[in-house]
Amino acid sequence: MYTLSNRLRLFSIILMVVGLVGLVIGFSQRPGSIEEVKEMMAAHDAHGGGHGESKAHAGDHVESHASEHGDDAHGGDAHYEHVLHQLQNKPWSALYIAAFFFFMIALGVLAFYAIQFAAQAGWSPVLFRVMEAITAYLVPGGIIMFVILALSGFHVNHLFVWADPEVVAHDKLIQGKVGWLNGTGFIIRAAIFLGGWLLYRHFAVKYSRLQDEDATGNKWYKKSFKISAAFLVFFIYTESMMSWDWIMSFDPHWFSTLFGWYVFASLFVSGITTIALITIYLKSKGYLEFVNNSHIHDLAKFMFGISIFWTYLWFSQFMLIWYSNIPEEVTYFITRIEDYKLPFFGMLLMNFIFPLLVLMNSDFKRVNWFVVMAGIIILCGHYIDVFNMVMPATVGESWFIGISEISAVLLFLGLFIFVVFRALTKAPLLAKGNPYIEESKHFHY
Amino acid sequence: MASKVIHALYIDDDILMDAVKKVRAEHYHIEEVYTPFPVHGLDKAMGLPHTRLAIASFMYGCVGLTVAVLMMNFIMIEDWPQNIGGKPSFSYIENMPAFVPIMFELTVFFAAHLMVITFYMRSKLWPFKEAENPDVRTTDDHFLMEVSAGNHDVDALASFLGDTGAVEIKVIDKEEDNH
Repeated sequence: MYTLSNRLRLFSIILMVVGLVGLVIGFSQRPGSIEEVKEMMAAHDAHGGGHGESKAHAGDHVESHASEHGDDAHGGDAHYEHVLHQLQNKPWSALYIAAFFFFMIALGVLAFYAIQFAAQAGWSPVLFRVMEAITAYLVPGGIIMFVILALSGFHVNHLFVWADPEVVAHDKLIQGKVGWLNGTGFIIRAAIFLGGWLLYRHFAVKYSRLQDEDATGNKWYKKSFKISAAFLVFFIYTESMMSWDWIMSFDPHWFSTLFGWYVFASLFVSGITTIALITIYLKSKGYLEFVNNSHIHDLAKFMFGISIFWTYLWFSQFMLIWYSNIPEEVTYFITRIEDYKLPFFGMLLMNFIFPLLVLMNSDFKRVNWFVVMAGIIILCGHYIDVFNMVMPATVGESWFIGISEISAVLLFLGLFIFVVFRALTKAPLLAKGNPYIEESKHFHY
Repeated sequence: MASKVIHALYIDDDILMDAVKKVRAEHYHIEEVYTPFPVHGLDKAMGLPHTRLAIASFMYGCVGLTVAVLMMNFIMIEDWPQNIGGKPSFSYIENMPAFVPIMFELTVFFAAHLMVITFYMRSKLWPFKEAENPDVRTTDDHFLMEVSAGNHDVDALASFLGDTGAVEIKVIDKEEDNH
């Protein structure tokens, strides 16, 4: 049995408290009026290029504002009002991105777990308890996502422009999509998605524990197999719709037909990476003695493979839109390349080039610190991926990594660690009733 | 110079794997093992050095990528720039996304083909080559282990191989070394 050490518990609580305080500060620092925006921007201009922590893009920032002043057709206050809305959105977006990012890790692990059952995989049962613990985050994470979505869908904040009746009234394209993009439908769909996922999670974990107690005839294992197969069918549809609702609808004029797959690749690789990181952590603490380096090797292969898969989908989406150059499509990438150059191309480096080179050699996939290093880079890269999907639509060119972005990540990281490691203490770390557990223990590549 | 080898035939890959480990533990020298299909872990059990084919493949891939970049740069940028879809015609880097599929394909093409050719050359295989296979049954359902008799007592070695689960044992006088 795993016991949660006081140090880890304290660490996670500190993360949560620091994150919460930071978020409160972030929300309270939002400008309330156009005058405040003018003051902030004047202060910003005075500082010039070299400005404390946000040094890299502070320069671009000023430049882009300056150039906009030049050809600002609306004149005077219209631009400041625009910036005001963007800055008011910023803490909300930061909260949304971090909440979604940690939620998607748990969701990716849930899908991976279901695939292991549906495929009757023989190598992975020794890791099942780690996966079950990570999916425990779906419950609090899902509730938080639901609350944030409800607030956004009913226009308490301005994250989704389609939720603003005034915008819709002047927008023919959104009017045509109102049948799908409306607050009520949005919330009902979110409830169905989350309900289905949580239902599967509940029964999968329950059957796994019951199988430990009574393995005769593999009765519970067979039930796990059936619900896993059914869940995967449900998941691939709902995940796709979830990605349209929760992410793609930030840009309601734009659409991409492979967006669901693209988000899936992102959450899948983040989930597998997290399994590897937590497994290596637990092994370093002397637990999981039955996990050998062949298991780590296989996880690292998945990290490598799904990173390539993510790149394939990213590029398939990018190249077709770039090549055809249709204005309503290509605007999505023009915004990102012009205003988000560093995160946009940096993410490609972190999510593709780095794992490609580091994890290509088969021997490196067995070296724990290599896997950990690659894993941390991949997770950061996919956080930036979500950042790039959300921020350009809500905050536009007024983005920077500030107190609210960092605090939101700390808050949810703390919650994630707390929930996952507490869930690990609830059951023995070996799913001893699983019919493939012996094969898995002797798994050797 | 004539040398004696012993051919031990097995009918199961698991028994063969155990036998290989036992023979190596007794410090007999295994010349070669002939199997009808690749047996996982056999190379490790026989103590063969790790393959360097992967390194060669990586280098071939780099060559392919380079060829693709140089080729597309010459064709589309230097030699005959064309205006396709209003894209800039005079800059490789700005046209790069359009060339990525070619870069990818040539990387794979070079890596795959040159790797196969390297493998054939290292294995001394070419068209119309006569098979070195000592027993035709190893192409069907038998596994053959060739153990060098060296200075060992042939009868003791043969009975030891019989204990490891061999179904048939033959002592062969080799006139000359083919290898």
